[in-house]
Amino acid sequence: MTDNRFFNRSELIGILVLAVFLVVVLPLTLDVFRLNLVAKYLTYAFVALGLVICWGYGGILSLGQGVFFGLGGYCMAMFLKLEASSVENTKIQSTPGIPDFMDWNQITALPLFWKPFNSLTFTIAAIILVPGIFALIIGTAMFKRRVGGTYFAIITQAVAAILTILIVGQQGYTGGINGMTDLRTLKGWDIRPDHAKVVLYFFEVGCLFVCIMIAQFIRHSKLGRILVAMREKEDRVRFSGYSVANFKIFAFCIAAVFAAIGGAMFALNVGFMSPSFVGIVPSIEMVIYTAVGGRLSILGAIYGTLLVNFAKTSLSETFPELWLFGLGGLFIAVVLAFPNGLAGIWADYVQPRIDRLIPSRKSKPEGWTDSSVANGAPAE
Amino acid sequence: MSDEANKGLLSPLRRKLLMGMAAVPAITMLPRTSFAQAPATSAINTTGLAVTDTEVTVGILHSATGTMAISETGSIEAEKLAIEQINAAGGVLGRKIKFIQEDGASDWPTFAEKAKKLLVNDKVAAIMGCWTSASRKAVLPVVEQYNGMLYYPTFYEGLEQSKNVIYTGQEATQQILAGLNWIAKEKGAKSFFFIGSDYIWPRTSNKIARKHVENVLKGKVVGEEYYPLGNTQFNSVINKIKLTKPDVIFTDVVGGSNVAFYKQLKAAGIDLSKQALLTISVTEDEIDGIGGENIAGAYACMKYFQSLDNPNNKAFVPAFKKMWGEKTVIGDVTQAAYLGPWLWKLTVEKAGSFDVDKIAAASPGVEFKGAPEGYVRIHENHHLWSKTRVGRAKLDGQFELIYETADLVEPDPFPKGYQ
Repeated sequence: MTDNRFFNRSELIGILVLAVFLVVVLPLTLDVFRLNLVAKYLTYAFVALGLVICWGYGGILSLGQGVFFGLGGYCMAMFLKLEASSVENTKIQSTPGIPDFMDWNQITALPLFWKPFNSLTFTIAAIILVPGIFALIIGTAMFKRRVGGTYFAIITQAVAAILTILIVGQQGYTGGINGMTDLRTLKGWDIRPDHAKVVLYFFEVGCLFVCIMIAQFIRHSKLGRILVAMREKEDRVRFSGYSVANFKIFAFCIAAVFAAIGGAMFALNVGFMSPSFVGIVPSIEMVIYTAVGGRLSILGAIYGTLLVNFAKTSLSETFPELWLFGLGGLFIAVVLAFPNGLAGIWADYVQPRIDRLIPSRKSKPEGWTDSSVANGAPAE
Repeated sequence: MSDEANKGLLSPLRRKLLMGMAAVPAITMLPRTSFAQAPATSAINTTGLAVTDTEVTVGILHSATGTMAISETGSIEAEKLAIEQINAAGGVLGRKIKFIQEDGASDWPTFAEKAKKLLVNDKVAAIMGCWTSASRKAVLPVVEQYNGMLYYPTFYEGLEQSKNVIYTGQEATQQILAGLNWIAKEKGAKSFFFIGSDYIWPRTSNKIARKHVENVLKGKVVGEEYYPLGNTQFNSVINKIKLTKPDVIFTDVVGGSNVAFYKQLKAAGIDLSKQALLTISVTEDEIDGIGGENIAGAYACMKYFQSLDNPNNKAFVPAFKKMWGEKTVIGDVTQAAYLGPWLWKLTVEKAGSFDVDKIAAASPGVEFKGAPEGYVRIHENHHLWSKTRVGRAKLDGQFELIYETADLVEPDPFPKGYQ
């Protein structure tokens, strides 16, 4: 294998290890309830993966990924909600056949923009296209004007806040702060029982690996190199004749689409979607997953997401009143002591030992962080 | 109905007993004795719940962190008090109650996740929990799917009924209609101004109130305004109130927004001793934050006030303060949360089983005579028959009882003519 392919040797091993971990180890050791929790955590891994491309490689810090997660999730949830709101299921309403929250808000007919979501094909297309196009619009508006860095981060936050207010305010059309609850079937297939959860888990892991492959491809393509170059010295790339804005827009859109797929998976696995995943706080949390895992490492981001969420669940089960402090402390410790996150710890401490044990195969150092491009602190 | 409610309490001997055992207010009124030989676990638990020969596990699921923690803490405290008292009185079917507390973290999906954990992993026999409508809506599919039993304490918007939920708070018509009737009669009120927080409960409550004002009281709603949760700027609506001069301001603003609302109302020169204001969302807990001087004179309409003068409440309030501190106040929802473990215990003993299906079937008709609010009974629709009361806020942050319905009000979660 040469360097410019999909992955180098240690990355291949890393991906295989992850695959074995997710496909074999976890399903064999966890009960369905815990496995479903892992499925929930993994939906955030999609977002973290997008952030590795967009923030780690492209240097574009987006604090509004919740927007895209939410758009994808709401598209999926709208389809599922419509299916759950058949005339038969909603007999007790004043207008049967529409989602329950519309009925509470005195809406008597299905709004026009809801109608296409009766079709699964349209829904799947919408999950990709709605956030993709939205990211394209924001990206074009910002990057073409050379808005970047902190200003961009602030604007993404504002977008997240606006979308939350919009969803909460238009509760007749969106379910408001309650969100869309009680999602039941997908094309007649009940998504709630245990065996469905297992199937959904494997489906999600499959999608995750497809996204990992896309991310790997981007990273090792010329495009990935340009993204890194742009992050390190934007002007130089521009003077070399590249359209910096277009590359940034692309990275941002990819991150948005990944986040949206995660959101759709969330709606499927959890049976629920609400504005509490759209706002500023969840968006920042998603950045934290990436930071803990290591923003330069595709696999690191996934382990980071799993670790943080696992810590969140177990801390809150053990210390219901104090857990937030513990979690906060963990973040601070990781970011202060290990700026490159888990992947950094691996590359600095574990990988060298493994290399020493298995003596010199190559002279070039290898590691999760692909040291050839990632050494040194990035500009942002 | 009210006579029946107090019958068990009138005998002086019983009262004395009650006073002596402040920590176990209802023990003398239990329908069955708890001291009989405990039945075999296999007979009373056929569905694999966490019941042993000596213990039964229940879950407590509220927000201990996040924005709702301030409201939900009272419920957690009340539930723990009830569990302690039940254990002191011999437990349930001879088993002590052990509780597992989970934090919903003011985040609705977390509530769903934790509810699932309690039911699937811990196999709890019942869950005392949820507070906001949003958290209940998130938990509802989970308790229905895994056939759990949820005791939900908050007054809420109605339009819901489940085999797996007992609603120990009032639904909207129960809470609102009697209050509106009273203020229309007492104050001759004809025009109303509605102000609410923007989510399902205020909107549904106001819808019901509007229908009642327009169709039954033949009055007029001169304004209806909503503000996002957490909003602190009410000046524009206060100006509208000054322009429209309604007979009654009817509010269901929730949480921290209340502090800003009443302070700004006072600053704008609206004197609540002259301008009638009826709130359905301010309990003693909220006044703690608002300050008695800012809200004195306002009327609140709900089913319980800490100042209620009945023997049950006189035992309950000191017991609560003894456990959680002299400074704590007890609002409507806290009292309703206290009912949860007791109603569950009484239902289990009536059913003679911990099985959820049997509890659900046995629930209608279960009465709790030791309730601090007086007597309550579970309706076929799993809501409670309870009285509606109007209190007037005083400077010290307590309510003075002004009016209560003569009879228990029937819960009607799907009110005809109000939807």
